[in-house]
Amino acid sequence: MERIPILKMGEVLLVSIQVDMHDRLAMQLQDDLTERITAARARGVLIDISALDVVDSFIGRMLGNIAAMSRVLDAQTVVVGMRPAVAITLVELGLSLDGVRTALNVERGMELLTHNAEAIVSGRKHDAGFH
Amino acid sequence: MTLVSTESLPLTTSDSVVVVRQAVRQRAVELGFSLVDQTKIVTAASELARNAIQHGGGGRATIEAVTDGLRRGLRLTFEDDGPGIGDIQTAMRDGFSTDGGLGLGLSGAKRLSHEFSITSTPGRGTRVVVTRWK
Repeated sequence: MERIPILKMGEVLLVSIQVDMHDRLAMQLQDDLTERITAARARGVLIDISALDVVDSFIGRMLGNIAAMSRVLDAQTVVVGMRPAVAITLVELGLSLDGVRTALNVERGMELLTHNAEAIVSGRKHDAGFH
Repeated sequence: MTLVSTESLPLTTSDSVVVVRQAVRQRAVELGFSLVDQTKIVTAASELARNAIQHGGGGRATIEAVTDGLRRGLRLTFEDDGPGIGDIQTAMRDGFSTDGGLGLGLSGAKRLSHEFSITSTPGRGTRVVVTRWK
């Protein structure tokens, strides 16, 4: 069956959507990612949508679901590379992608995820020393 | 309004939504739509094609290149033979959904088009026509 590959890099799962996704493929990705977050003990999920020339309400909902599910599983999701025309269209469509962190490109997205992970780790150390 | 070309596509599975998106994109490019205008009409098509399949049990999409004086545009018609919409006003409201979706399909497609019309007969089906001018 057709699937979108999920790569693991350290504590981050990387997904680059390179095809015009039909709805079943989007649902499959959502399910696969949820399983992989747990199996790989991932702290971050980075989704690159720079190849997508359309994000409609279904794909928007999928991105929101992935962000919400990863949050529950103690991982953070960052969506990167949204094309300007897609961003303009999303706003007019009425989709605000609430709860989905975005970054301009993969590099900034990775920075966001690794900085946050470091902040959490140093926060824990601080707590441990305090008690 | 003068019809320049017409193309009809079946709406059956979620794959046909992708086929419709790609066909609308191609026509929009041929008509010289800007990238943003292409994206808007393709996104509207995606929402309406999915609606016809999910709520109407399938149907057909018609993609037409039209002119009106010097204006060129794309007119898209989505028809299904489904149960129809009892209360169109409610169905058009942002956030109203009967299938757990975001409820942006109809209202969003309207915002992404220059002209929008919807007719629905309970028990007979629904027909949505949108036009976007270059």
